[in-house]
Amino acid sequence: MKLERKDLLGLRDLSREETELILNTAIPMKDVICRDIKKVPTLRGKAMVTVFYENSTRTRTSFELAGKYLSADTVNLSISTSSVQKGESLRDTIKTIEVMGFDLMVMRHAMSGTPHYVARNTRMRVINAGDGANEHPTQALLDMYTIKEKKGTLEGLKVAIVGDILHSRVARSNIYGLSKFGCDIRVVGPATLMPPGLEKLGVKSYYSLDEAINGVDVINILRIQRERQVSGLFPSLDEYAQLYMLSPRTLARAKDDVLVLHPGPINRGVEISSELADSAQALINEQVTNGVAIRMALLFLMMGGGRDEITY
Amino acid sequence: MVLREKHAIMDEMGMKRALTRIAHEIIEKNKGVDNVAVIGIRRRGGPLAQRLALRIEDIEGIKIPVGILDITLYRDDLTTLAQQPQVHRTEVNFDINGKRLVLVDDVLYTGRTVRAALDALIDLGRPECIQLAVLIDRGHRELPIKADFIGKNVPTSRQENIEVYVKELDGKDGVVIQEIIDS
Repeated sequence: MKLERKDLLGLRDLSREETELILNTAIPMKDVICRDIKKVPTLRGKAMVTVFYENSTRTRTSFELAGKYLSADTVNLSISTSSVQKGESLRDTIKTIEVMGFDLMVMRHAMSGTPHYVARNTRMRVINAGDGANEHPTQALLDMYTIKEKKGTLEGLKVAIVGDILHSRVARSNIYGLSKFGCDIRVVGPATLMPPGLEKLGVKSYYSLDEAINGVDVINILRIQRERQVSGLFPSLDEYAQLYMLSPRTLARAKDDVLVLHPGPINRGVEISSELADSAQALINEQVTNGVAIRMALLFLMMGGGRDEITY
Repeated sequence: MVLREKHAIMDEMGMKRALTRIAHEIIEKNKGVDNVAVIGIRRRGGPLAQRLALRIEDIEGIKIPVGILDITLYRDDLTTLAQQPQVHRTEVNFDINGKRLVLVDDVLYTGRTVRAALDALIDLGRPECIQLAVLIDRGHRELPIKADFIGKNVPTSRQENIEVYVKELDGKDGVVIQEIIDS
């Protein structure tokens, strides 16, 4: 069993077997990052570049660290100080990067589908690190890894995704990923932040937080994305917090051993209370650690050799 | 690759006797097993290491630590393999610093697996020494590596293959030599 693809662009068309391979490969990778010597020589001689057209702390740093732990050479292209500011087109920027000899590119872009376009036009392998409101596959994979590590399985779990579903690539990737494992997925948020057509993905929509989290095993809280709120989607952050903020009090309806996930960065007092964010129930920090392991697994599976028969 | 079995080199009893002798040799060479631990190389080195630890316990009455090493991330042939190997966990749940380690594998051939295993071990800590125990040494070394404990020396040609079966993974014990008739 291996990853039979050049790129990782989303979880939508990833098979259950491929998803399991990535999650299982991340287990020995996590062992590596928990050791004193956090480095293996596996990807010596390989080069990767992170190209982020949107800001990021954890995703970019964690890809870079994952590459370094596996001995790949990693470079960050900082778009704000690059020739993109002189008007270089996306295609020309990508070509320039490609001919420098990189094997793999990690890309984030505000416009959905950009990594797909790039992947079709380069010999480099491409990992989508978030494209608009479409997908953020590595975030969903690390969420799934975190859940599986704590619960032992993903099979049939009840998972609630709370908040701005409309703008959330994290929600979309989680829905695609978790539904491969027969999870009962519920989404909840203000009606204006719920996209149409969710039923087609096999997801139940709720507008009441209490109803949505009744008896759930996992709550994945999304960040209210102020940068994507055009305006008027909800009256105020205060009102949002009143209705949808998770706190130890609102959590009471969920199972006692409910796991609380948040992709970060968190808005304290908006979608999650400070008290809950700092509690043992919240796995926000473990998610970040697991993110490095998941990205190491992907880098290994995509650059770790033994795959010459894949055609580009 | 098509393989034809030529003949059996060791049966269940033969394997048992070889492991018992190696256990005695490990005890003798290390003047006891106070500071000794065994680490098997995945996959068949794992069960063999377990068995050696049990034999040593039978003889000396001391339980020694046992670990399993996965060397996938340290292989030097990843880019040339047709199939990417799956990475498994390394399970060494004791501190190897200052330990006298016995690395265990089923077959010693080119020495490249052992080279990878040595690198993997050094990343886990600084043992006092590392010794090597193998069930079969079939020659054809490509690196300056030599076993300290050998179950059986079996001269082979490169057109042959040695297959070790262990009950834990294969349902039976034994060693056979196979001929590669079509590659």
